[in-house]
Amino acid sequence: MSTLQSLDIKRRSATTAPSPSVRESAEVAKLIDISKCIGCKACQAACMEWNDLRDEVGHNVGVYDNPADLTPASWTVMRFNEIEVGENLAWLIRKDGCMHCSEPGCLKACPSPGAIVQYANGIVDFISENCIGCGYCVKGCPFNIPRISARDQKAYKCSLCSDRVAVGQIPACAKACPTQAIYFGTKTDMKNHADGRLQDLKSRGYQTAALYDPPGVGGTHVMYVLPYGDRPTDYSGLPANPRISPLVELWKGMAKPVALAGIGLAALLGFFHYVTKGPNEVEEEDEEKARAMADRENGGRS
Amino acid sequence: MGAMSVSRRQFFRYSGAALGASSLTALGFSPTPALAQVRPFKLARTTETRNTCPYCSVSCGVLMYSTGDRAKNSRSSIIHIEGDPDHPVNRGTLCPKGAALLDFVHAPTRLTYPEYRAPGAKEWKRVSWDFALDRIARLMKDDRDKNFIAKNQAGQTVNRWTSTGMLAASASSNETAFLTYKVVRSMGMIVFDNQARV
Amino acid sequence: MASLAPTFGRGAMTNTWGDIKNTNLVVIMGGNAAEAHPCGFKWVTEAKAHNAAKLLVIDPRFTRSAAVADLYMPIRPGTDIAFLGGVIKYLLDNDKIQKEYVLNYTNAAYIVKQGYGFQEGLFSGWNEERKDYDRSSWDYELDEQGYVKIDNTLTDPRCVYQLMKQHYSRYTPEMVERICGTPKDKFLMAAQWMAETSAPDKAMTSMYALGWTQHSKGSQNIRAMAMVQLLLGNIGVAGGGMNALRGHSNIQGLTDLGLMSNLLPGYLNLPVDAEVDYATYIGRRNFKPMRPGQLSYWQNYSKFFVSFQKAMYGKAATKDNEFAYQWLPKLDVVYDVLRAFELMHQGKLNGYICQGFNPLMSFPNKAKLTAALSKLKFLVTIDPLSTETSEFWQNHGRYNDVKPEDIQTEVFRLPSTCFAEEEGSLTNSGRWLQWHWKGADAPGEAREDIRIMADIYRRIRGLYAKEGGTFADPVLNLHWPYRLPDEPTAEEIARETNGYVVESVPDPNDPSKMLLTAGLQLDGFAQLRDDGSTACGCWIYSGSFTERGNMMARRDTADPYDTGLAPNWAWCWPANRRVLYNRASCDAQGQPFNPKHRLVWWNGSRWTGPDVPDFVVTSKPSDGMGPFIMNAEGTARLFTRGMLREGPFPEHYEAMEAPIANPLHPKVSANPVARVFPGDRATFGTAADFPYVATTYRLTEHFHYWSKHTKINAILQPQQFVEIGEALAREKGIKAGDWVRVRSKRGDIEAVAVVTKRIKALQVDGRTVHTVGLPIHWGFVGQTRKGYATNTLTPFVGDANIETPEFKAFLVNVERLSAPSV
Repeated sequence: MSTLQSLDIKRRSATTAPSPSVRESAEVAKLIDISKCIGCKACQAACMEWNDLRDEVGHNVGVYDNPADLTPASWTVMRFNEIEVGENLAWLIRKDGCMHCSEPGCLKACPSPGAIVQYANGIVDFISENCIGCGYCVKGCPFNIPRISARDQKAYKCSLCSDRVAVGQIPACAKACPTQAIYFGTKTDMKNHADGRLQDLKSRGYQTAALYDPPGVGGTHVMYVLPYGDRPTDYSGLPANPRISPLVELWKGMAKPVALAGIGLAALLGFFHYVTKGPNEVEEEDEEKARAMADRENGGRS
Repeated sequence: MGAMSVSRRQFFRYSGAALGASSLTALGFSPTPALAQVRPFKLARTTETRNTCPYCSVSCGVLMYSTGDRAKNSRSSIIHIEGDPDHPVNRGTLCPKGAALLDFVHAPTRLTYPEYRAPGAKEWKRVSWDFALDRIARLMKDDRDKNFIAKNQAGQTVNRWTSTGMLAASASSNETAFLTYKVVRSMGMIVFDNQARV
Repeated sequence: MASLAPTFGRGAMTNTWGDIKNTNLVVIMGGNAAEAHPCGFKWVTEAKAHNAAKLLVIDPRFTRSAAVADLYMPIRPGTDIAFLGGVIKYLLDNDKIQKEYVLNYTNAAYIVKQGYGFQEGLFSGWNEERKDYDRSSWDYELDEQGYVKIDNTLTDPRCVYQLMKQHYSRYTPEMVERICGTPKDKFLMAAQWMAETSAPDKAMTSMYALGWTQHSKGSQNIRAMAMVQLLLGNIGVAGGGMNALRGHSNIQGLTDLGLMSNLLPGYLNLPVDAEVDYATYIGRRNFKPMRPGQLSYWQNYSKFFVSFQKAMYGKAATKDNEFAYQWLPKLDVVYDVLRAFELMHQGKLNGYICQGFNPLMSFPNKAKLTAALSKLKFLVTIDPLSTETSEFWQNHGRYNDVKPEDIQTEVFRLPSTCFAEEEGSLTNSGRWLQWHWKGADAPGEAREDIRIMADIYRRIRGLYAKEGGTFADPVLNLHWPYRLPDEPTAEEIARETNGYVVESVPDPNDPSKMLLTAGLQLDGFAQLRDDGSTACGCWIYSGSFTERGNMMARRDTADPYDTGLAPNWAWCWPANRRVLYNRASCDAQGQPFNPKHRLVWWNGSRWTGPDVPDFVVTSKPSDGMGPFIMNAEGTARLFTRGMLREGPFPEHYEAMEAPIANPLHPKVSANPVARVFPGDRATFGTAADFPYVATTYRLTEHFHYWSKHTKINAILQPQQFVEIGEALAREKGIKAGDWVRVRSKRGDIEAVAVVTKRIKALQVDGRTVHTVGLPIHWGFVGQTRKGYATNTLTPFVGDANIETPEFKAFLVNVERLSAPSV
């Protein structure tokens, strides 16, 4: 497989070698404007089509959401929630998927060199060849995004179509979106665009409309315009104040060098087990859950 | 790149070796250059063809990407379809059906040869085009010859054929439609409709 | 489209997708554009984002369109006329009409004949025995010269304005709430929002689809909104219009080309029995102007007709044989698809051809359809995909429980190409004809539809040539000018549809020159003649493939006035006009009502602007020609004379199966002239047995019964479900994800329950009415999980004018199941 193009790397998992920093690339971002989203799932279709992913044909479990959750072959899903606001109904529809954090918890947690990289443009990408399927990225993610495939024991998630962005194209989901609920460009432009959208929403009575670019993870390269900005969790559990799990910070700051110096991994696992029992801002699945989920996804690709 | 594909359990089993590699990297001996090889852009040398989405009446412009360059010895296969950014209505966007058109083109239930089901039969039988079309022509002509109505009860010339009918498509081209019209009306067929009602 | 033509003159979406961005108010009622036309809906989001437009959604369900609306309100299925009648009353009572427009561009001032009236749910002329109307009293009062009498003060009690006011006086906000279940305050808010667009520089667009047509009074649903739009002055203007969103990619084209029992291409009519010769036929179509100075463009009917016959029969159509008039079949009744299946069911149809169509899933009462198909001698299906119809004889358990050995139908299944493997044009909802190109060869032995149809014809013709047969002349003489007779190309046919000169015509002013030269393509329909010197397959498509080339293949994206019209992208009928009736966007002096969004204007010597004027370009405003040039009146019709079967004004009738009797006139509760076959009466249920209103619809993840063949769409919406409101679910003990059975008088289906806040129980005529939502996309072939044909449940009843089945309002019962039967 030859490489036709590449992106500069900013950070690389389990690697302390400095990255080249002379060239400057603009940070990119995807802006998901929920006030324009009709939940049509064109983004899901385009994602599957472009990335050659075909999940299994599932079931209806009593809601519109399908597939019901992210999987190794479903890198984005629409989540639907019905709430009453005063006497009116609101159907909150959120496109869920990797947020491409500026401070990516997955990358920080990853023990395998080069399995997770962050490009200078902000995209956080999983390099499958280097993935060992340990699942630490799942734990490290404050948004519960990565999924481990039972087929090849590797972690998968949205790449923000790094292959398209590298050649100047926008991600497949953003291109497909019929209503410009997904918009793509430099992070600066997207924030400016969001300002205009918030103004419009406020003029229509959405006084709490807000941009979701959470500082707890250093901001994200996937941002939301939330019409009800004061209640992010109503958008199918969007964390109000996501932060990288303290245990990952601990692992990064202290445990990882220790591990790298030769400490057995069994002890390391125990460390994670221990720490995850404690109270945590971040919703995480424990080790068993992750394993069970990986088993369920057996044959996730067609 | 490493063709190494280790399961998680294997990783723990060989943790010593893995950690060794990890440590080397940590010390600055990065095994790969600090450029990530993103997935190669899959459309680089494909052939692009303009088309229209066949589903709803917005008629979005689509770009179809196929393998090969239409050289004599290559058979094209469409590998990707996305919106045509020039199109004034969809401006490159597509809905979940349009974005999945590739799977329509390659649907496993696409028909690839004529089939025939005999009266009372439980299964299809593969037949040739000649068999199917000769038999259809014979059945239609015999029915027309037998049941054609030249005059109504009042003696007025009506020249209609009411015992065989047709439903025309909703996604076929205007050219298919006009040719179908000519064929159907020249035979006097009058039980004739399309999908406009549903 | 049977409602737009009687009102405006042409049966098509008046504006175009990109123009929606120019609107101030989008009303989505009778459709769900976000769900069914997401990429067209983008222009709604554009209007909101860049023109500060508002979106109003009125629907039984809180839909995907409602998800991004500024205002949503519920309505009981099948009561749209009551709601819109209420709006008409509101506009008239509050004088919120665009007066200049109403007076000059509609028939509001026209005087109606004595004898016209309305009482107790029936218009004048009702014949109880025939169960039909004598419509002769639904017409105008004429003066000595044969012109309609008018009263420009709008005060004459017999003028259309006053009769309309009287007719809708019963539609009070209280009555609207009582019939529709829409809370009165919400209804009034909707009426007020609409009323604001009566300002000359404000526009509202109506986007609708099958949510209005699939009723036993579908045409009148649309008529009601067309009246609202006329009163507001919103037809022919940028950002306005009646935007009929056609369902399929080329259903506009198929209809334009007349692929219906009663039509010839270009909305000409097939003759009826009584039109025994060409002179009688054309004599009934003189379309004499009804007001002085009006164009009444249908006066050119004979040119369109004769040119069509020349395209059909070439040299064999001559003046001496009435241009082969007798070779056309004559119509005794309309043989629409409901009648086709009725005839089949009676054993009167022997053969049936389904080209890219899956009627077993698409038409009402699957049990009847299966019984009907089983009586055929032969069935031919032509399709790229395996369809349920082609396998109607196969046993698929509960999903298709038949005994193959008892079915004696011979079935042929012919594989055709799909869009990607052929070239040709499709006509979108905005009347754009767009050419597409082939990207790959067809799989296996699949063939293009053109080739299949040509081959069937050539074989039949061969048999007639060899052995003779009944009335062989039209078959033998069909004009077949294709280089490879078995394989005509799309381009050859497109040239034929556009039209060409058969015999040169000298210029009457200069005989040394030719007006028309034999063999050349026509520039447009203005060149058509009724002497046999021109041939044209479809007059409204004339201009699509001229000597300048294939206009449908144009790809110029320029939009110089930022109107959203893209005037040189592809080609649009008629004559590349993108907004129909655009003359009405200007005042009587020819200046735009809204200077911000101009389409055309009078520049002192001619009509000009970004759009092609839908008008005589040299007709001075002072000449007083009306903007609705297809109508003999020159104006649009608030009162449609005898053009629709139910009456000249829309009246609220309940659905054939309804939970209540019509509060306006309980004795004439349902549409008295709806299409019902006697044998089907026994299959209608009552509210006592089937207490809930059901409505069927599409989901955005799927397209009818095709996309269940595609893996991605199967993943996105894998399994059949029904939507039930929380209140009904509580009553029935149903939780989200439970299995339920939905039953109508005609059968039952089982599916997973989606329990939702988005369907509310409504208070209607003093009682609670629940609605059950039934998405339609599953069947027994494809990649989704198997499901039941939703049309197992629907009633075999059709609209009175265009026979569209009533899929949007009927009665069912619901029960919880502990497990599915299969």
